[in-house]
Parts: sequence; structure tokens; C-alpha cells
Amino acid sequence: MNARPSSSRIDTAFQASLVLAGLGVATVLAGVAWEVLSLSGEALSKGGIGFLTGTTWDPVAEEFGALPALYGTLVTSAVALLIAVPLGIGSAVFLSEMATSRVASVVGVLVDLLAAIPSVIYGLWGLFVLAPLLREHVQPAVQAAFGSLPIFAGPPLGVGYGTAGLLLAIMVIPVITSVSREVLRAVPDTQREAAHALGATPFEVIKGTVFPFARSGLVGAVVLGLGRALGETMAVTMVIGNRYDISASLFAPGYTLAAVIANEFAEAFSPRYLSALAGLAVVLLGTTLILNAGARLLVRRVKGAA
Amino acid sequence: MMDAAELAVRLPASPRLRWRRFVNRAFRVAVFGAVIVVLAPLVAILWTVVSRGAPALDWDFLTSLPKPVGETGGGVGHAILGTLILAFGGLLMAVPLGVPAGVFLASDRMPRLGGAVRMCADVLAGVPSIVVGMFAYTLLVLPFKHFSALAGAFALSVIMLPTIARTTEEVVRLVPSTLTEAALALGAPRWRVMLRVVLPSAGKGVAAGIIAAFSRGAGETAPLMFTAFGSQFLSLSPLQPIAALPLVLFNYAVSPYDDWHAQAWAAALVLAVLVLAGNVVARFAMARRSP
Repeated sequence: MNARPSSSRIDTAFQASLVLAGLGVATVLAGVAWEVLSLSGEALSKGGIGFLTGTTWDPVAEEFGALPALYGTLVTSAVALLIAVPLGIGSAVFLSEMATSRVASVVGVLVDLLAAIPSVIYGLWGLFVLAPLLREHVQPAVQAAFGSLPIFAGPPLGVGYGTAGLLLAIMVIPVITSVSREVLRAVPDTQREAAHALGATPFEVIKGTVFPFARSGLVGAVVLGLGRALGETMAVTMVIGNRYDISASLFAPGYTLAAVIANEFAEAFSPRYLSALAGLAVVLLGTTLILNAGARLLVRRVKGAA
Repeated sequence: MMDAAELAVRLPASPRLRWRRFVNRAFRVAVFGAVIVVLAPLVAILWTVVSRGAPALDWDFLTSLPKPVGETGGGVGHAILGTLILAFGGLLMAVPLGVPAGVFLASDRMPRLGGAVRMCADVLAGVPSIVVGMFAYTLLVLPFKHFSALAGAFALSVIMLPTIARTTEEVVRLVPSTLTEAALALGAPRWRVMLRVVLPSAGKGVAAGIIAAFSRGAGETAPLMFTAFGSQFLSLSPLQPIAALPLVLFNYAVSPYDDWHAQAWAAALVLAVLVLAGNVVARFAMARRSP
């Protein structure tokens, strides 16, 4: 009779410790947001909206405007998505709708491997293989054909928005592919079979029944890819060109939020400077938090409905 | 199984049907092409890393300390050790929180709180790693006014935490409920069932999640830039800056010296082997678990 109450007390304690661990995870997230926000307090309160719209970054004069970095982050991510979305979703369609299960599992492993390569190795490859390739072959060819357009203007440097965007595309494709694949798998087979029975070709089945069913989940996959592209640091830092400026040309060097932080944070010499860098982090964190939470909800909706 | 297109071969094809079959075939080709284009960079990157890294790689490179610019030779022994120390240190902090959190998520006893925690874990996984570095900096570098291995390991633990929690949840869910129910029916209290029945039978999967988190952490650069910071020496003190392979790779890559570029490729090869091997081991452990 003695064992029972003590055992149930242990049970309660055990459950409580599990709950605490769960809350611990939430606390870490809250801690990240809180610490970064409080470190940035000075820059955000003094700079106000001017912090976001300013174009000068002068640590010595303590003048900090985030716009060029924000612009670079948005442009590189947009280029990345433009390339990665069709390729990523296309690969997911191949994996879930066309490939035999053996082929799909092999290709799936390879795509996951692509996701596992450390970003600094992507950066190394981008700097010494991709950038020279773009500088010597791609840029001259593109400029010969469309040289008059401002988005392709500029001297051949090899590094810049375009290179960073292309490298980011390679890095976010695995994210988009694996999430899209999960979403497509969640589409019930009865949907496909009904369309097949009506005489639809496999393409029509995918276009007419699979995609509409999976749409919000696919959007979620793309947004998750976007989140990764926005926050990616090392690879971009190595190929963006590190110039604090806004240029229309994809071949021009620029900067991104994450790259500025990576290059300057360890050397920030004044509290005001440190807090301006934290301000960039707040912009970055806020955007990725909202995107990630929204994307997860979208993906869950499709997987929950199936 | 016979799909509609194959069936249609036997019918007289109208122009409309022929068009539809053409579109279908074009779509197949496009999708197949997408897979090839997606996998090409993987081959290109791995090939370059191996072909450029292997020539500079020898025993000396793996074990010795860096030499000043201009002198040949020198290696990254300190950084390999540093990366292992940082990643193990990260695990030491992330496992005690991540595994029970995963068990909590799998238990479904508080569905609403569980959903919120799951969302937090997923969102935490999406926090840019450079921001995690800044978090560790404000907590462990700013107060001590000193870069340290401790701060680096802490930053890595934040990166590892969501991976560990979510894989633990996944594998604990795979344990058949009949097993749990049988143990409960024998009168075992829940905590015993969890520790003696569920966790042992999910053990391999949990280990796989931990290995995956380790290899993810070992490859991270951004969170270490202003926490562990890097060092030219072999350092074992948790309160001193410590070298890490990704940091060395980055610094060598952006340096102007050809000699260091060659060493960066060799470091990349070592890092890739370390990270991808961990990944593959984790995958096999997972694959054995679930039929």
C-alpha cells in the first residue's frame, strides 16, 4: 500500500519534468527574441523608422541605415526563389508522382545530402567555382544579348546579388523539395484514382487534382525555403561582394543583413554600433519568425486534412 | 498498373488527345530535367571538394597547428579538435532538454501546450544561425567580456535543440501503443514505462537524432564567429576562445593567399566527411527502426 502513492508522486514529478523541458524549448525561442530585441533597443529607439529607410552605414559617425542590406537580402532571396521554386516543386512531383519507390528513395537521400552540406562549403564553392564561371562565361554572354538592360549592367566581378541568389537557390531547393514531397504524399490516392478513371493523363491528374489539393502546403514549402534564404549567412557573405550600396544590376556587388552582422559584429567597437547590428538582426529575425510560423501552419493544414 | 496515357494508345487518337499526350510527355521530361538540374550541383560540389581538397590533405594537415603565412605546411589539428569539443559540448547542453521535450511532444497528454511547444521548436529551427550567435554573445560573451568555447558550445546547442526534440518525438511516436499498454496493464507506473520500455525501444532512433544534430552543429560557422571566435592554438579551456574547422575554412577562403586557399579546400574535405558521415550514419540508424 505504501508503494502506490509514492509511485504516483514520481509519476507526477516525471510528467512535470517533461512539461518543463517542453517549456524550456519555448523559453529558448523567447530568450533569443528578447535578448536580440533588448540589445538593439538603442538603435531602434534613436533611429526609429529612419533606421529602416536610411542608406548610410557609417560606424565612425554612428550613422546607421539598414536599407541597402535589407534590399540585398530581399533581392538575393527573390532570385533564389525564382530559380528554386520550379526546380524544387518539379523534383518533388517527380519523387512523389512518377519515380518508382526505389528511385525516389535514392534521389530523396541525395537531395537530403544537398541539405546537409555545411553552408561554408557552399560559400567556398561559390567563391572559387561559381563566381569565376559567372564572371568569365555567363556574364559576357548575358551582356552580349541583353547588355542594355540595367539589371544586367556593370563590370564583370563574379560576386554580387546574382551569384548569391544562384547559390541560395541551390541551398533552398532541398528544403522546398522535401517539404513539397511530404505535402504531395499527403494527397489521398482516391483523388488521383478518380481523375485517372475519368481519363485524365498523368499531367492532368497532377494539375487538376493533386496541385489544387496541395496548394496551401506547397505555398508553405516555398515560404520555408524563403525563410532559409533570408537567414542564410556564410555562403552569401562569401559571394555577395560586401559593398554597402543599392544597385539595380544583378551583377553588382551588394550586402545582406546576415552578411553585415557576420562581417562586423566581432569588431563592433561601440555600444551604439553593436546595437545597430542587433537592429539588423531584429529585422531578420522578425521576418523569418513570421514566415516560418505561417508556413508551418499552411503545411500542417494540408497534412491534417488528408 | 496502367495509366490513362497507356490505355489511350489503343484508341484512335484525335488531334486533341495527341496534344494532351504531348503535353503529358513534355511535363514528364521537364520534371525529370528538374531532378537532374537539382542533383548536378551536388555532384559538382562534392567533386570539387574532393579533387581540390585531397592533394593538400595528409597526416600532417590533420594533426599539426597552422604555420605563419609564407611558410609551407601547417594544418588544422587544433580546429578539428575544437569542432569536436564544441559539438560535444553543444550536445551536452541540448540533449538533456531536447530528449525530454521530444518525449513530452509525443505523449499528447497536453495537446494544446504540446502544439505550442512544437510550433516553437519548428520556428526555433528556422531562426537564422547568425542570430543564434548573437543570442549566445549577449548571454555568455558580453557579461564575461571574453569570447569562449562555452559560448560557442551554447550557440550550437540552440541550433541542435529543435532537431533533437523533433526527431525524438517522431521515433517515440513509432513505438507501438500495444507495447506501452501491455506495460501499463502489468501495473507499471508511467515513468517506468517511459524509461524502461518506450525509450529503450526508441533508443536507436533517438541516437540517430542526436547524431544528426551533432553533424549539423559541427558544420555551423555563423553562430561561432563571435562566440568561440577561433584561435591559432590548441586550446582546451572552456573559457578561452577555441578554433573550429568551419571558422578556419572561412578565414582561409576569404584570405588573399593561394596557400591558404589550398588549405581551405582540404579543410572543406575534412568537414564534409565529418558532417556527411554523421548524416549517413543517422539515416541508417533511422531506416532500421521503421520498417
